[in-house]
Amino acid sequence: MPEIPVPLNEVPLAWYLVLSAVLFALGIAGFMLRKNIITVFMSIELMLNAVNLSFVAFSYKFKQVDGHIFTFFVMVVAAAEAAVGLAIILTVFKNRTTLQIDEVNSLKY
Amino acid sequence: MDLLLFFFFAFLAVAAAINLVVQTHPISSALSLVGVMGSLAVLYLLLGAEFIAAVQLIVYAGAIMVLFIFVIMLLNAGAEQHRRAKLFPVVAGMPALFAFLALASYTISKMFPRGLPAVKFGEFKGGGAGEIGMAIFTKYLLPFEVTSILILVAILGAIVLAKKEID
Repeated sequence: MPEIPVPLNEVPLAWYLVLSAVLFALGIAGFMLRKNIITVFMSIELMLNAVNLSFVAFSYKFKQVDGHIFTFFVMVVAAAEAAVGLAIILTVFKNRTTLQIDEVNSLKY
Repeated sequence: MDLLLFFFFAFLAVAAAINLVVQTHPISSALSLVGVMGSLAVLYLLLGAEFIAAVQLIVYAGAIMVLFIFVIMLLNAGAEQHRRAKLFPVVAGMPALFAFLALASYTISKMFPRGLPAVKFGEFKGGGAGEIGMAIFTKYLLPFEVTSILILVAILGAIVLAKKEID
């Protein structure tokens, strides 16, 4: 980080961006490593949250409210996605009685 | 004080996110995700985004996570069967992940050598419900209205996908 000697009452904005990158990377790790379809879906939500954090951080930098609006829209899209995605998970479970993503592979063959 | 709060909640968020990835039971992962969202709400408050912090708690930690937990309970999802991790994501994916993280951090610190302001609580006061509403209903009116169609389609899709087959 460039400015290490910080006063105790302020935080460098870059730290927020680095935190956002770390959360995004953890979301990717969960997406790659987990086999439960619900956990994979929650990793996607984690990635969306990480992106929201950098939107809000940049909104602070430019002292404008636009980043907050984008965050708001991302939340709306995430809510819609959660409703449809969980309905798809319900249907998959009803047809296959499994939640493991490596057992749902009929498109592969 | 700001630094203290930032570190506390940043570490809480990262710890909860790591817990989300390593826990095998989906309920534990869901509760960790609630932890991430709660600490992110505090960070939004520190950045002056009051409205977004409230919406984060109400919509994300409230509504969406209830939906997740409801589905986990409904499907009676147990712990993930332990199986050997595939070699490819561990050998190729994890180094790529760290490379991505390093690249992102490098880019951030390179792009803003000293241009980034330090965040002070209370410096930015434009994040209240009034300012957000003013922007949504004037500058972003069309995207806002399109959003309602998106929500309508999502409701219909969820109903059609999840309804019982009636003969």
